[in-house]
Amino acid sequence: MNRIDVKRRNVLDHRKKQFADPSYKETQYPHRLNFYSTPPTADITLEQFEQWAIDRLRILAELEACSFRNKTPAETEAHMKPLLEKYLPLSASSSGHSNLHAQRQKDHYSHFILRLAFASTEDLRRRFTRVETMLFRLRFQTDDSRERAAFVRTLNLDWEPVSEEEKRALAPQLATTIGFGYGKRAQQVMDEDWCKVDWIRVPDLIEGRKVFVKAGKAYVPGSAQQSMVLNAFTKRLEQAMELTSRALPRLDEDDRLTPILNHLSKNFIAPDSSYSGSGPAIEGAEITARNIDNLSQHFPMCMAHLHRSLRRDSHLRHFGRLQYMLFLKGIGLNLEESLIFWRSSFNKITDDTFNKEYRYNVRYSYGDVGGDSNRRSGGHSPYSCQKILTEHAPGPGDAHGCPYRHFSMENLTSLLRASGVTDPQVLHGVKEDKESQKYHMACNRVFEHLHRKELKRAKDDGVMTAAQLETIVHPNEYFKRSYLLKNMGKQPQSQQQGDVKMEG
Amino acid sequence: MPHSDPRTAEEDPNHPSAAQMEEEPAAAAVSSPPVEEDVVMAEAGEIQGVVEGTKPAAEPPSAQIEADEDRIQIKQETKSDIKLENLFDGIDSDEDEFTSSNNAQQEVETAAADAAFELLRIYYQRFFPWRYMFQWLNHSPVPTKDFKHREFSLWLHNDAVMRYQSYTTADLFRKDVLRLMPRRIEIGPVYTADPRDRKTFRNSTAFQPLAKELCFDIDLTDYDDVRTCCEGANICHKCWKFTTMAIKVMETALQEDFGFHHILWVYSGRRGVHAWVCDRKARMLEDHQRKAITSYFDVVSGKQGGTRVNIRRPLHPHLSRSLDILKDHFQQDVLELQDPWKIPERAESLLQQIPDSELREALRKKWEASPERASTAKWADIDALAQTSASSTLDPKDLLDAKQDVVLEHTYPRLDTAVSQKLNHLLKSPFVIHPGTGRICVPIDKNNLDAFDPFNVPTLQGLVREIDAWNEGENGGDAAQDGGGSSQDVRHVVQDWEKTSLKPYIEYFRSFVTALMKDEREITVKREREEEEPEVKVESLDF
Ligand SMILES: [Zn+2]
Repeated sequence: MNRIDVKRRNVLDHRKKQFADPSYKETQYPHRLNFYSTPPTADITLEQFEQWAIDRLRILAELEACSFRNKTPAETEAHMKPLLEKYLPLSASSSGHSNLHAQRQKDHYSHFILRLAFASTEDLRRRFTRVETMLFRLRFQTDDSRERAAFVRTLNLDWEPVSEEEKRALAPQLATTIGFGYGKRAQQVMDEDWCKVDWIRVPDLIEGRKVFVKAGKAYVPGSAQQSMVLNAFTKRLEQAMELTSRALPRLDEDDRLTPILNHLSKNFIAPDSSYSGSGPAIEGAEITARNIDNLSQHFPMCMAHLHRSLRRDSHLRHFGRLQYMLFLKGIGLNLEESLIFWRSSFNKITDDTFNKEYRYNVRYSYGDVGGDSNRRSGGHSPYSCQKILTEHAPGPGDAHGCPYRHFSMENLTSLLRASGVTDPQVLHGVKEDKESQKYHMACNRVFEHLHRKELKRAKDDGVMTAAQLETIVHPNEYFKRSYLLKNMGKQPQSQQQGDVKMEG
Repeated sequence: MPHSDPRTAEEDPNHPSAAQMEEEPAAAAVSSPPVEEDVVMAEAGEIQGVVEGTKPAAEPPSAQIEADEDRIQIKQETKSDIKLENLFDGIDSDEDEFTSSNNAQQEVETAAADAAFELLRIYYQRFFPWRYMFQWLNHSPVPTKDFKHREFSLWLHNDAVMRYQSYTTADLFRKDVLRLMPRRIEIGPVYTADPRDRKTFRNSTAFQPLAKELCFDIDLTDYDDVRTCCEGANICHKCWKFTTMAIKVMETALQEDFGFHHILWVYSGRRGVHAWVCDRKARMLEDHQRKAITSYFDVVSGKQGGTRVNIRRPLHPHLSRSLDILKDHFQQDVLELQDPWKIPERAESLLQQIPDSELREALRKKWEASPERASTAKWADIDALAQTSASSTLDPKDLLDAKQDVVLEHTYPRLDTAVSQKLNHLLKSPFVIHPGTGRICVPIDKNNLDAFDPFNVPTLQGLVREIDAWNEGENGGDAAQDGGGSSQDVRHVVQDWEKTSLKPYIEYFRSFVTALMKDEREITVKREREEEEPEVKVESLDF
């Protein structure tokens, strides 16, 4: 554990060391895949430290976004392929690539850097483990089968291959656990790679009798082995993250890594946000305090409701303010306009009260005040749907949250009707989405309904990119798409990029 | 009867006091201070009635016992007399027939209560197999943590339940039981530390359940929709057969599939059995693994109408083997003894499971013509008509599947899954006396399974009579070895249990325990040898 200190100094000594030979023996990477059981030992520069971590984070955030959008594995793979090649390439040993070692080192180091960044809270640990497992699965599936088998052998998973004789002897029993119906399963049994493993290691396969069990050994077909490897990956990473979190306090406050790590983890909190508020999101649009009423026609229900509540009450409570303020920041309302907007909206209070109680918060949200890290990161990021859906559920009198989730069906229906959604079929669809907890679906259903004419035209004209047709998972994306669709033809084409990106 | 209670195996919602409250774990949890450590450690339903420390069992039932630390009060109706039924009240639903509250009888009952108390004392003093119980749980002759950190829960006669009791030796266990005279003893898990010290651990990870036998509970009330002879808590020789076939299926699968060898089956005293899988590997199972194996055995579920069996084809080897075991039982113990489709409504439910409408109609016609037709004949009709009437739409494969489902529905073990899934679930100890029947919860000799007769199990009263008879017969019979097996002293006193019908059961238990200890020794030796080898490197966390 003391090596944490040693390592830190090594990194901090980068100026001195970056031109020198590494003092540790470099890790060898015989396999493309990595279970990350050995921490890195060689030195890297501070720039590498940050850049590698950001590149990996970009990949992880994309993967998480894919899962939020319910992409199929094939779609995810297609979506990730170019990104992986760009940010985190990892070639097969057989590829003969000259950069193999560098690729694998970057993969190795970036993983461990992000471990440090995401070990602090249970929520971050869980998410990190989840997306790292997704990344591992993606690579595992695309790995060369021979190289993959060689890698799996190194994992010491206590698997025992089932011999040909045993396969033949147990064929009738084994056949019942692969495929369905009665086909030529005897041949399938012989073609399959079986392994034996203690049943306690594969409880999910024991449950519901998915595998044959004999004398305490589960007979797992090759097709199910992937889940065992992934389970092992997840489990080991969970344990390692737990240990890392306990070691974290040893990183001193004044450490130069701490701000980088904090920054990284902060960005992971809103991974699907490209809306940091730095610069207008849409060129040509008038994003000003006095134009917000007009722009609110493009707002998703959550924000439209906040806007109405604000207009009705001349006030919003804390979380409502935060959710709405950051959204407006995300659509391009700058600090100055934001202050004007909030001051004029809170028209029942004095200047003095506003300055005392609210001005600082607005400035803080824009990163204009606050600690180093707040300013460095430009304040808070606008909330994604995920965040709105899962954090700070609204109570009575609150206007924030996601109407599709947090409203009663009755209230939601009247909100929708007031917003021009009266088609009974759409309302019924929303009801079903809500009941099956597919709030994204409901929101996108309403979006498609409200923009059906424009969407048809856009498709016919071929002006929409694939990314722009994807499920919306961010209120700011909703606004942007809505604005662009309604103003089609009035906007320069170059601005029509709806793709969600990570903030570096 | 599906058990909602997470903890005890046999419960009756109609029963008062402790048992009743346990039927509503949520309510109990709400009414107790949530910061109590017990709330965290124990299941929600376990927190009421917890008495810390040591209260004399003879305390009058009208007393209000206040737990010294837990501040959980146990109030009881004010009664001037100890009624016999109250003595054993409120724990086992099995005693629900055990009622006689005639005013005129009260005096008799008071006297009877004293007598019953005295009988219980005699039982714990002279018959309860302390030594083997200790060895069973300790896995070694010298006290280990397996025993010292094991939770016992004692159910007193005033409805108080003392949880987290533990003992450093068998003798202390015995002395405490004799002092408190619990009407029921339950066995919980081995913890990471002495359960009595649990409050000294600030952080909850320091006090965790570590090991417990893998347990299964089979209760005939869960068979009410397929047995015609009895209902509820009642059983007879006919429906006991369901238990027999369940044990055979479970025993075979636990041995052949999971490789367990030390499986103890214990009669629960009235209408069911408990299995204790004692292999070290079974004891070490974590909750998710217990859940998995429970699911492996789960076939018959959804008892309210509809398809009760939902299994995919081809049949998993465990199920095809189970069908082989069960098919004769189905013919003899179900079709002949139970005659399940004798009445038209039941026959109709069978028809609903026939996958072909033409065949179904043909059968319906035939059975309506002779309503009294026996189930054996009706069962045979299915194949007969399927062949002769040559339905145009019938798929023989579907029919076979459906018939297999019917057999499984009527014979396959029905488990109370709550008992099996949790490491920290407590279960009634073997050799406890069932309060309703007075029968002793004896182990069942699985090599002689068909011979086990629940109505012939020794009772407390019976044992006392047998002892008297033995003494009157001038110590007849040969003075064999004592309870522990040190046979060197041939003149050693004959143990009281050896003079009674309890003898074969304790001897069976002793041989079970001996085999378990022998295996355990071998495992320990092997483990020690392995531990001398360099340890597997723990993943380093430094970076
Ligand atoms: Zn019966």
